[in-house]
Amino acid sequence: MTIRPAKPDAHDITCRQAVALMTDYLDDALGPDDHALIEAHLAECESCAEHLRQIRITVAVTGRIREEDLNPAAREDLMDLYRRWRRDRDITEP
Amino acid sequence: MVRLARGYVRSPAVAEEVAQDAWLGLLRGLDRFEGRSSLRTWLFRIVVNRAISTGLRERQHLPVADSELGDESGRFSQDGWWVAPPVHWADEAVDRMVAPEVAARVHQLVEELPPAQRQVVTLRDVEGMPSADVCSVLGISEGNQRVLLHRARARIRQHLEQEAVW
Repeated sequence: MTIRPAKPDAHDITCRQAVALMTDYLDDALGPDDHALIEAHLAECESCAEHLRQIRITVAVTGRIREEDLNPAAREDLMDLYRRWRRDRDITEP
Repeated sequence: MVRLARGYVRSPAVAEEVAQDAWLGLLRGLDRFEGRSSLRTWLFRIVVNRAISTGLRERQHLPVADSELGDESGRFSQDGWWVAPPVHWADEAVDRMVAPEVAARVHQLVEELPPAQRQVVTLRDVEGMPSADVCSVLGISEGNQRVLLHRARARIRQHLEQEAVW
């Protein structure tokens, strides 16, 4: 049986691992243990914390692209797929 | 379709991208389908054509060792600590986020992404669609979706930094 330390330490994961997990972290898709590990790392590691801030800015700026700015054909393809999927889902799940 | 694409490209994630891209190709070209072959055959032909061109493109770039990290892997030592720690710009960027030229450049960067990354980042970050919906719409796993999203965001972040649009 392995005994986990009560509080995760910043060095339990490397910066490389922290960066690799950031998208999962932002999606809240990590298990509680991994979530605690990354939080402990971010609290101590200024470089990883800055990387996370930059990713958040990137997401925010990407969200500012106006719909009409996107390539209309590509966007239509995607929205078509989405509408069809929503319709099918609504039929199967009343 | 993914298995078929695997014959031409190196990584399973890229093969999944090719298969997904082929579906979009099929939808876009459906009105050109003349019924000379079965729809299934036609779809598989799209997969093969795309896999071949993707495979060629793949060989022109260095293979990515760490599929999760993509372009970021060179920034870490073998032990996993920063070799090239991030230059700080997030705080200054907050004030410039609303600048139209920044949005224009990010728009261009999204357009230049590989198709599967572009689809995922468009649905997630531009349209603001939830992760589960994006997976269902594109027919990909949660894990694959996050790898694509991770790479897309990483690439956009990298360009914003290099070009110092702030």
